[in-house]
Amino acid sequence: MNIFKLSIKNIFNKPLSSSISLALLVLGVGIISLLLQLNTLIKDQMDNNLRGIDMVVGAKGSPLQLILSSVYHIDSPTGNISLAEAETISNNRMVGSSIKILYGDNYKGFRIVGAEKKFIELYKGVIKEGKDWDNPYEVLVGSKVYEKLKINLGDELISSHGLRETGQSHDEGTFKVVGLLKPSNSVIDQLIITSPQSVWDIHETHDHDEHENEHEHEHEHDNREITAMLIKFKSPMNIIQFPRQINENTNLQAAVPSYEISRLFKLFGFGIETLSYLAYLIIIVSGFSLFINLFNSMRERKYEMALIRTLGASRFQLSTMIIFESLVLTISGFILGLLFSRFGVMFVSSLMEESINYNLNSLKILNEEYWLLGLSVLIGVVSSLIPAIQVYKMNISKILADA
Amino acid sequence: MLKTKEVEFNYDNQMFFKFQNIDLNSNENLLIIGESGVGKTTLMHLLAGLLKSNSGSIKLFDKELNQMSSYQLDSFRKNNIGIVFQRPHFVNSLTVKENLQLAQYIANKNDNTRIESILKNLNIFEKSNKKTNQLSQGEKQRVSIALAIVNSPKLILADEPTSSLDDNNCSKVIKLLKKQATDFGAQLIVITHDSRLKKHFKKSIEL
Repeated sequence: MNIFKLSIKNIFNKPLSSSISLALLVLGVGIISLLLQLNTLIKDQMDNNLRGIDMVVGAKGSPLQLILSSVYHIDSPTGNISLAEAETISNNRMVGSSIKILYGDNYKGFRIVGAEKKFIELYKGVIKEGKDWDNPYEVLVGSKVYEKLKINLGDELISSHGLRETGQSHDEGTFKVVGLLKPSNSVIDQLIITSPQSVWDIHETHDHDEHENEHEHEHEHDNREITAMLIKFKSPMNIIQFPRQINENTNLQAAVPSYEISRLFKLFGFGIETLSYLAYLIIIVSGFSLFINLFNSMRERKYEMALIRTLGASRFQLSTMIIFESLVLTISGFILGLLFSRFGVMFVSSLMEESINYNLNSLKILNEEYWLLGLSVLIGVVSSLIPAIQVYKMNISKILADA
Repeated sequence: MLKTKEVEFNYDNQMFFKFQNIDLNSNENLLIIGESGVGKTTLMHLLAGLLKSNSGSIKLFDKELNQMSSYQLDSFRKNNIGIVFQRPHFVNSLTVKENLQLAQYIANKNDNTRIESILKNLNIFEKSNKKTNQLSQGEKQRVSIALAIVNSPKLILADEPTSSLDDNNCSKVIKLLKKQATDFGAQLIVITHDSRLKKHFKKSIEL
């Protein structure tokens, strides 16, 4: 038996009032930590996929949509642009490197992207098994796709038109799996990647059934289209001027991912901020509830306290017991709150994986969460301070004489 | 062993008590008897170091209580004095055994064999793991005696231990207290208004 054990026994002796303060604290800490975790994870994920892309060129429409569709692959594309026009831009002296991508098909909900091989290098994709594609209709498959759909090397995938699972299927669009990619923790994990030629071929034959042989495509060079082009500038300075030039002088759209993403974060940052104020309020209320609990239990237990004093415990030991009781509650509230937020993150990420094939699984403790621990300890100390001082000043003789 | 001299105490300048001198030798028990309102509880709290007198001197085991700090009194109390209250008090979140363990912990002791032997001696060993609010009145009184003697005090102070008991039980409790004091080598001072106890004590003073 010691003072610490006694504190814990006291908490369990009043399970109802203890658990209300605890529940409030768990809720407050849990919400804040969940917001922090999701914010960080989504930001990390967004930044991770942004690497090396200074600008995206695509069809006119919403710039955010263009970024979401061609950088993050979670929205429909704004439309297609002609290959010839894209070539003109990529030949501009301000452009350091450019990657053309095109898509319009999926396999069981996972997008099939036609891209230059630089695309895989951009995301540091490494082939785990098999080889790179050499011919049209050969594909590399991202790690999440083959894990989820249990695809093996050499399998044949029949694509469907559109980006959703329910599109009509191309009889012509049968792809052969020639390589599997290692997990890279970027968008290519959830993509099926092939040569641009494969995608052109499917859509040519699909749109113009009368064209029967491949040679005719060569003559139609000018009609070929791509969905978007990812561009890296030679100098970061160009980011100010070049997108505006494109938007004003061509019928293409240029969007800057870093700018669009920070705009997006500002947009829902307001909601996050409001929610976290609410959560801080809940934490403060939990502090009050804790204080009221301790204060009441102090009055109920005054004979107990007097007894412990007559047994020879010092004032200081008794006050410590009160502060311990409070700290045990707030620290376990903090720990349960973190657990709560981790389950929340897992839940949200499982939801997101269903709908947009993103995975947010990193459960490290954030710096801000150490601040939350500090806050919980502070709440514990502050709310027990007055009861502890009361116990310290307690007149045991008077209490015992009144008994 | 106990020597008091012209002890005076007043509560907020309203109630004033002047106590007669007490001189008690080692191996003697004492009965302090007095009507309500003569300051019995005050005297007991003074002897236990729970209160400090305004003037006079209380010498217990050759230590002058009036010269000790609050912290020294706490420490003196846990090493020397066991108190049996009029109404038994316990830590309600703990079992009988845990209450006794807590008392030992406060006195920096840890001796489960002693706890067992005390509980057996008081015939409440089978209640060891019961919460104190599950005990009967008589059992509670025994546990409070156990709490008073668990740290082997040299002095047991009992405040009105028999006031609410019938003659039969009164006699039982006082015999039990005396037996415990003898068994565990402590002196007993009982403070009461209950004149039935007079016949159990050789030495008594009236306030």
